[in-house]
Amino acid sequence: MQQFFSYTVSGLGTAAIYAIAAAGLVLTYTTTGVFNFAHGATSMLGAFTYWEMRFAWHWPAPVALIVCLGVLAPLFGILLERGVMRHLDNSSETTKVVTTISLMLGLLGLSLWLWNPSRSRPFPRFWEGDVLTLAGVRIPYHVVATLAVTLLVALGLWLVLKRTRFGVSMRAVVDDRSLVALNGARPHVISMASWSVGTVLAATAGVLIAPTLKLSALPLTLLVVNAYAAAVMGKLKNLPLTFLGALVLGLATEYFRGYQSSLPFSDKFVPGFLASVPVIVLLLVLVLGRSPLRGHAITRVRETVQRPTWAGSAGMAVGVVLVAALLSDVIPRTDLFTLGRVWGLGIIALSLIPVVGYGGQLSLCQMSFAGVGMVMVQHLGSQGNPLALVAAIVVPALLGMIVALPSFRLSGIYFALSTAAFAVLMDRWIFLLPRFRFLGLDWDIFNGGSLDLRRTRFFGLSMEGNRVFFIYGAAVFALVSVAVVGIRRSNYGQRLLALKDSPAACATLGMNIKVAKLGVFAVSAGLAGLGGALYGQGMQSATTESVQFVSSLTLLMVMVVAGLSSPGAALFAGVFLGFGLNNVIFGKIADFVPDRLGWAEHFFDKLGSNTLIVVGLAGLSLGRHPDGFVATRLRPRWDQILARPHALLGIGGTLVVAYLVRIAGLINNWLFAIAAIIVLTVVPAAIVPRPKHSAEHGLADDGEEVMIRAGARGH
Amino acid sequence: MAEAVLELKGIRAGYGSVEVLHEVDLSLRRGSVLAVLGSNGAGKSTLLRVAAGLHPLGSGSVLLDGRRVANWSPDRLARHGLCLIPEGRGVFPRLTVRENLWMSTHLGVTRATAEEIAFARFPRLGERRDQMAGTLSGGEQQMLALARAVIVRPKVLLVDELSMGLAPQLVDSLYDSVRAIAADGVSVLVVEQFARAVLGMADRAAIMVSGRVVHQGTPAEVEEHLSSAYLGG
Repeated sequence: MQQFFSYTVSGLGTAAIYAIAAAGLVLTYTTTGVFNFAHGATSMLGAFTYWEMRFAWHWPAPVALIVCLGVLAPLFGILLERGVMRHLDNSSETTKVVTTISLMLGLLGLSLWLWNPSRSRPFPRFWEGDVLTLAGVRIPYHVVATLAVTLLVALGLWLVLKRTRFGVSMRAVVDDRSLVALNGARPHVISMASWSVGTVLAATAGVLIAPTLKLSALPLTLLVVNAYAAAVMGKLKNLPLTFLGALVLGLATEYFRGYQSSLPFSDKFVPGFLASVPVIVLLLVLVLGRSPLRGHAITRVRETVQRPTWAGSAGMAVGVVLVAALLSDVIPRTDLFTLGRVWGLGIIALSLIPVVGYGGQLSLCQMSFAGVGMVMVQHLGSQGNPLALVAAIVVPALLGMIVALPSFRLSGIYFALSTAAFAVLMDRWIFLLPRFRFLGLDWDIFNGGSLDLRRTRFFGLSMEGNRVFFIYGAAVFALVSVAVVGIRRSNYGQRLLALKDSPAACATLGMNIKVAKLGVFAVSAGLAGLGGALYGQGMQSATTESVQFVSSLTLLMVMVVAGLSSPGAALFAGVFLGFGLNNVIFGKIADFVPDRLGWAEHFFDKLGSNTLIVVGLAGLSLGRHPDGFVATRLRPRWDQILARPHALLGIGGTLVVAYLVRIAGLINNWLFAIAAIIVLTVVPAAIVPRPKHSAEHGLADDGEEVMIRAGARGH
Repeated sequence: MAEAVLELKGIRAGYGSVEVLHEVDLSLRRGSVLAVLGSNGAGKSTLLRVAAGLHPLGSGSVLLDGRRVANWSPDRLARHGLCLIPEGRGVFPRLTVRENLWMSTHLGVTRATAEEIAFARFPRLGERRDQMAGTLSGGEQQMLALARAVIVRPKVLLVDELSMGLAPQLVDSLYDSVRAIAADGVSVLVVEQFARAVLGMADRAAIMVSGRVVHQGTPAEVEEHLSSAYLGG
């Protein structure tokens, strides 16, 4: 019994922290309509900032707390509102999700920049060791303090939201922002206050939970996934239910942890399962919840570009293979090995196009499917067996259909959350499972955390060599990109686009929405599996880290920035992430910086090694180019160039000359690469006038605004 | 001729590259009621949204009480005495009736006074005071929206299609309320598709067709042009 009480006490402590984090999430969602994926990253940043002041600078705890939570956190909230969130007014839910994901990645990158992750940072609890004994139960001071803070937060929020005009205005802003202004209140001031409070709550949760976890950026950032579960129990709007959800979650976690030795299965499965409890709860709440949860419909039609032509796509496919073949001759073999993964990543990026670009279903678990593809190659492709590739497509495809099932009753942000929960479940538990026996078979899913992947042999033809693998990868990428274009041009593709625009209209027209959703998920998960197989084979080994949730988010963000509906964007994503373009570009810039500007060199070096921050910043600038730069900037110009034979000839000729000069050894690979990039991107921009926005574009914008207003009224 | 409290001069505005208002000139005299009629898509609502600062002005000028107010934010305009009851239901559906009324107190009325005024004018709202506004009937929601105008007593009241989706009888009683507000000295600009509902209470009227004002004058003069201008009302 004593034991039960002590588990209950620590459960209450955990629950209280979840409650604070979830309350902040719910508050910002209900008062601004933005579901903040970066909430956990804000907690993390708060914890690190507090640690720096308290333990690195040795400030007294009260001073550090006041500066961190009372000054910096609200300021950060105001900055967020002014700099980022304000520009999201009237934008679709997808744009909002994508923006906060960018913010999350950016903040994660920022913390890795500022706080070297390889250093350990001890973070003792508040009043470490001090214990209050109440009726024989020992309650640590820090639990008492956490509970007190939570009670204050709950009471404060209730008072503000129900009993003050400012709080009522905060709730009114979500209902109808412009009506608030018509009432004479200042909506931006209200939003700023919401973001400030939300940020303070996030940072408070971070400072409270950091001592119980390690002070490490990623786990703290993903802590928010646990808070998602509590927030979803409150349907993202009901604070009392959210607190109740946090309570259930905190107690469940601690009871499981406490009684794990008496659980019917072996100890070694438990740690992963324990970490997954909140995610499993999240999935259960989402899938089994009493009423279907519907987000706002995705109203922004991302695709403003015309339907891709067969000729153009085939041209690009042939071009990719040709260029790969030519490049494979000039790139050193060791570099070719590193570059082998470009195509696998490119294919995983392509797999996002049908499901997100066409179908409008936000999938945050594409790398998990890729991981399953890798696992298939590990277990079935030990002799280079091509059948392993078939399994790498089929098994993820089946899994994809299962992941798609919640989409029957969830939409928008809720469905995105269920895919996130799936990805985290794979990360924390399934991929980490140790060897076990089940159904009479030995299972060792991720081979103890690291896979050893053989490249495929086709009827005696080996893809082992780095050069042949590079060209083969390009060919597979080219084929998949044509297939993706085929989907877009087919009847099925039209139906997917229609589904994105209006599921209700599709249903009334007699379309089977469920089959369409299952189908698109199966296709895209299958492609991701294939991409994963090639990605792993490119590196010839893979760790669970390469397929985790954050990688899915990074890939999605790069695709969003480049343009979610064009295969060219997938090529860019593959090159950017596979080639480490970020590192190359900023590394080169750092080399060119004169020595006396040491700080600038350091800055660019850091930027080069920090892909997260670059991707995050690029994503945050998304508001200006919501269709991605490949679709809005590059492609229209290339369309015009294709229509001008002399321009095409000029560009092609320049490339050939550059290639010959490279072959002749007059320039090195870097100069060749830079020349090629200039010829392919900057020159078209310089010789072709900027395409004017068409009238249809204007109408599309107008239509969106009207639809959003209609949606707001419907709620 | 009485002075104008709200003047719209050479208003151009549009959506993206499509212009929907082409040089619209209208002026509302102090203490009068101006009815702007026109069929669906004539640009009436856009005109009101421009006047209230909700939609960007392409070119032209807006004068409130002789002051240039073009490109002011909607909240600043509201604080200077402009009140728009927007098309559809101008209420916060997820707030209760009382909380909705509380939102009207940003312009200096106390909460108690606001409720007193609103419930006296619309007793129905008093009966439903703790109900979510989204669960009220369409007519009740419009009453709640109009209550704001009654409470704040603006210089200028802009009303956008009160009749939308409501039974004619209900529309008449809502416009009775607008008439009472006007009788209190508030200058009112109403926009309507159904001429019958508003011509009787207007001092002046105008007809808009495809983003232009085609006729202006007394209600009787305008009524003559109605059938030729559009086949509504």
